[in-house]
Amino acid sequence: MGEQERQRRIEPSDGGPDMVQLVTPEGERVSHPEYDAIADEVTTQELQGFYRDMVIVRRCDNEATALQRQGELGLWVPSLGQEAAQVGSGRAMRTQDFAFPTYREHGVAWCRGVDPLNLLAMFRGVHNGGWNSFEKNFHLYTIIIGAQTLHATGYAMGIQRDHAVGSGDPDRDAAVIAYFGDGASAQGDVGEAFVFAGVNNAPVVFFCQNNQWAISEPNERQMRIPIYLRAKGYGFPGTRVDGNDVLATYAVTKRFLDDARDGQGPALIEAFTYRMGAHTTSDDPTKYRVSAEVEVWKLRDPIARLRNLLARAHGVPQSFFEEVDAEAAEVGTDLRARCLALPDPSPASMFDHVYAEPHPVMDRERAELTAYLSSFEGAHA
Amino acid sequence: MSTMTMAKALNSGLRAAMEKDPKVLLMGEDIGKLGGVFRITEGLQKDFGEDRVIDTPLAEAGIVATAIGMALRGYRPVVEIQFDGFVYPAFDHIVSQVAKLHARSLGNVTLPMVIRIPVGGGIGAVEHHSESNEAYFAHTAGLRVISCSNPNDAFWMIQQAIECPDPIIFYEPKRRYWDKGEVAEAPERDLFSANVIRPGSDVTVLAYGPMVRSCLQAAQAAEEEGISIEVIDLRSLSPLDTEAIFASVRKTGRCVVVHEAATFLGLGAELAAQIQQECFYSLEAPVLRVGGYNVPYPPSRLEEDFLPDLDRVLDAVDRLMQH
Repeated sequence: MGEQERQRRIEPSDGGPDMVQLVTPEGERVSHPEYDAIADEVTTQELQGFYRDMVIVRRCDNEATALQRQGELGLWVPSLGQEAAQVGSGRAMRTQDFAFPTYREHGVAWCRGVDPLNLLAMFRGVHNGGWNSFEKNFHLYTIIIGAQTLHATGYAMGIQRDHAVGSGDPDRDAAVIAYFGDGASAQGDVGEAFVFAGVNNAPVVFFCQNNQWAISEPNERQMRIPIYLRAKGYGFPGTRVDGNDVLATYAVTKRFLDDARDGQGPALIEAFTYRMGAHTTSDDPTKYRVSAEVEVWKLRDPIARLRNLLARAHGVPQSFFEEVDAEAAEVGTDLRARCLALPDPSPASMFDHVYAEPHPVMDRERAELTAYLSSFEGAHA
Repeated sequence: MSTMTMAKALNSGLRAAMEKDPKVLLMGEDIGKLGGVFRITEGLQKDFGEDRVIDTPLAEAGIVATAIGMALRGYRPVVEIQFDGFVYPAFDHIVSQVAKLHARSLGNVTLPMVIRIPVGGGIGAVEHHSESNEAYFAHTAGLRVISCSNPNDAFWMIQQAIECPDPIIFYEPKRRYWDKGEVAEAPERDLFSANVIRPGSDVTVLAYGPMVRSCLQAAQAAEEEGISIEVIDLRSLSPLDTEAIFASVRKTGRCVVVHEAATFLGLGAELAAQIQQECFYSLEAPVLRVGGYNVPYPPSRLEEDFLPDLDRVLDAVDRLMQH
């Protein structure tokens, strides 16, 4: 690492002057001409809700990391540090909107009402994403990087064909939010999604969490200009928002989801944030980044910042924070217990849903496996 | 009964499916005003509108993957891949998403998609326009792979495929687009069943797509030499109609599999393995394969040497009859 690069890593970018920020890292509300109107409509109670979401999401995330360390999950993908980007955008969605997540959107899943047990079950190897996408309008986690941005765009094109965009009926009009990361921005799929969304004027908001690291590769290995600037080349607006500022993330996402539902087409939001932990539990970030960088980002922590705002500017009492901590502990403990109680699927179940219609190979192989397994019955264990 | 080309039969089949179900829509490059480079979708955009016959950007991954999104929203997309060799940019979405979503979702998501691919050579085309890539998809669990060989099957199979809740790769042998044939008033068989199109007693010839016609010609020629060939049009490559295949081979004791695709790890390899396992005591001779050579599809001046034809099929039949 050269001296200049080392310096840059220790003093990471603060997002630059274009970044929308409504709450400073110290927890002070600052004005933004475009977004004050939306932000001012957010009540103290709603802000407390965001806070509760973020604390519970972090608690579940920590619980899952611990479970992996104890051998109860095969892998975990921590969302540590990205709670504001996920909760702010997740809470900006309406019920009829649809989210297409990566594999790290635990906070969005929480906001949509998806039981976190589903996420843990996937990383435990019980299923490959067994929740019903249509129950909470939250699609299955997609592991192939960037692939879901195109699925989201197609879904949005379906919304257009259902005439559920720009009708003026707030309960009918719908939009889609497509999550992806800074690493995915290099994928062709993401570029194609921008093209398809653009030419179709599809109601999809591309929400990039730029957490600065694609496993071990920093932003400069993925891009030459900031991600949000790319939108211009595809013909729709692009905005960078402070992804550790839940209020700003909420306001910016709400604006563009509203616009999309209204028929104004796609938008790109780059939530500038930081992956505080490892890429996954298999990763070792000490090999490629310095701890001083992490220390700088700790000062921008999304939960501490909102807590300061709530305590200082909204007069929220200490007891509220204690209650949320207690509730989060309870949710985490319960999640752990339910995870440990998850039964393994039966061997023959691997054949059950490969096809929707009967299939002779599935029937034959299911019978073969069942017969093979039953040949051990009665034998010594 | 009416007589039409296979291209027209596909066009009429798509039209019938779109009339029957408003959720059916077509996506692909140049399929709108132009009607596709083979004119299979001719006139459909005019009659069903741009929302249902969608001229897409020129990006195959994008076409297939946005079709996935449409299917998630409740539509039944029929995707046209312009040429066989152009499907590879979409390969990731087909094998990683289309094939797996039903299983990954424990059955909550169904993807009733049809991916139409004009397939095979023999038209003097430039590179990447003459490939037979069915083995890649037949190897992938979660997909069904079928191929029509004549106008009647084209008309009915495309409609049956669109009604199927599972994703289907639908191959259209492009050099047979202009073959004429009769189309029946109703479908005559299940979509995933094989068709014994010419009964015989000495040798079973298994073929599909473009090679069916060549094998029928071979059977006619063999008859003049006193050899009775049973020709089976597989129609479904995954799943295979093994019942029909095994019954025929048990009867004849001899089998040759014919396809344009290279023989190495091709469909013929799977068929030969299954046939020797299930019909071992009925076989009079090893199962033979006649296929493309194991080289990249050659320049078109060489394709007649590359592609199996009547003579190469008969050559294999002669070798079988020596046993």
